[in-house]
Amino acid sequence: MAGFGTGSGRPLQGRGGSPGFRFTLYAIASIAIMVLDQRFNWLERAHYILQAATYPVELIVSSPVAAWRWIENSFASRDSLEAENQRLHTRLRDLELRSMRYDALAKQNAALIGLRKALPPVAQRWMAAHIVNIQLDALRQRVLIDRGSLNGVTQGQAVLDDHGVVGQTMYVGPWSAEVILITDPEHALPVEIERTGLRTIAVGAGDATSLALPYLPANADIRVGDVLVTSGLGGVFPPGYPVARVTEVHKDAVQPLAHVRAAPFAHLATDSEVMLIWFRHDSPSAPLREHNGELTTGDRSIQALPAPARPAQTSPAAPTPRSPMPKAATGGAPGPAPKTRITTPAGRAVPLATHGGGVPSESRSHEAGSGTGKRPRISLRYPCCAKARGGLHVRPLVASRRARARALAGARTH
Amino acid sequence: MSSLKGTSLPSPRIAMLKTVVGALILTLLPLPSWLEIIRPGFLALTVIYWSIAAPRAGGIALGWICGLMLDAFEGPVLGEHALALAFLAYLGVREHQRIRSKPIFQQSLIVFAGLILYEFVLFAIDGWTGHASTTPLRWVPTLTGALIWPAAAAVLARSYRPRT
Repeated sequence: MAGFGTGSGRPLQGRGGSPGFRFTLYAIASIAIMVLDQRFNWLERAHYILQAATYPVELIVSSPVAAWRWIENSFASRDSLEAENQRLHTRLRDLELRSMRYDALAKQNAALIGLRKALPPVAQRWMAAHIVNIQLDALRQRVLIDRGSLNGVTQGQAVLDDHGVVGQTMYVGPWSAEVILITDPEHALPVEIERTGLRTIAVGAGDATSLALPYLPANADIRVGDVLVTSGLGGVFPPGYPVARVTEVHKDAVQPLAHVRAAPFAHLATDSEVMLIWFRHDSPSAPLREHNGELTTGDRSIQALPAPARPAQTSPAAPTPRSPMPKAATGGAPGPAPKTRITTPAGRAVPLATHGGGVPSESRSHEAGSGTGKRPRISLRYPCCAKARGGLHVRPLVASRRARARALAGARTH
Repeated sequence: MSSLKGTSLPSPRIAMLKTVVGALILTLLPLPSWLEIIRPGFLALTVIYWSIAAPRAGGIALGWICGLMLDAFEGPVLGEHALALAFLAYLGVREHQRIRSKPIFQQSLIVFAGLILYEFVLFAIDGWTGHASTTPLRWVPTLTGALIWPAAAAVLARSYRPRT
């Protein structure tokens, strides 16, 4: 070999001892770093700094592609621009019509439920972010976006595109953030089947184009073509956003679990712009939080209070007492059946769960224990997104399978 | 460079820096997905080359620093690639005289074995830290790395001796 010419024949014992000794030192250092990072999360700060330090390099590496895109865009022909304009106009009209319909539906819904607050939270604020075209890890589905903590981005923030859920932020630097996509095998997303309300968890299937629903029992009511939406549990994604369409359902008589695959709506492979969203965490549809052993929702003002002190105090948000629901949901209702003292999401979930099939739905346990005011604790945790939500890794996911089985057994015995 | 006195060659550290930066850019460059799967570990090849060609100037420290740099960009835990690349560099430094004297084809085989060990260390750490990715595709870069070793070694050698 031409290059192997330096210092041949001289012993390597020089500075720093033998190679074996030096390797041992470096190995110990590496392992120490790994333990610090993995076990103690001491390197949160280090990740922040690294994110900042690596961003310029990443920008430079991605710049040829970005420059090419820019050139391509600036030489786009008039025809294609006109066509695009036409298409966008059509789409805008379509969306405006739909949003009109949405407003009408929202009002109708609010009137029906009698609780304007009970509407699922929509994104309050959103911010566009560009994907920095860079390969972070071939084995994992991660992308880098050009917004960071200086733009108000936080860890574990939902990222959408105009078709569906994309993922969530994982490491946030000052100017950039790493996004873990929903197709990453380490990402778990609490979803709901839109048709039946059945809740489950969608995890990345390991390739870039599909999600797996590994925790559905074989008798679950699910078909090819079903739409999965976010369920809002886990607290990262607001409920009701489209996630994926079921593409493959395989039920085997001898297997306890169904084999289900779904294709994400979001154009994960071709997106160049995504949206970071902020939503209200205190909405009643926001994730259940455990408070003094009770499952509660985010908004304290509309909790089902354990002991009604005064008779019905109708909330100002309930204008029409057409249905008995508002009283029950405002929590001050004097003596309705214990069943109606259910917080809103559970109330929403009850009818769904009854025809939904074999999910260990929280609502059942609500129903079961609500009479005494002391509801059973649900150990069911949705490890939505492992790393971003405070260091849960894959192990909680595996543990949650057991917890799920336990909860399932528990729900049946109640 | 004190450790290199007696040789007429310039310090390889500048060349090392250049090649490491080049390898890092090649690692980060966005590629179509099928190319991404077969993209060899350029940084690993660079570390192997320098640990064989200049065991004293680079050696294990070079591997470790390159690994940390790689960790900053990818990988679930910091220190993962640092350990794996330091290990690879250690093997290279230990056996550098034996590897150097081999013809290029046999070097490719040795590099293949080294890359498999390297990937296995990464695989094991992934598993221990709970980020296991068991897809067999992760072993493809070891093969492509071994295949491009002759070309990579030639390019790296040129970077070191541009004047000859």
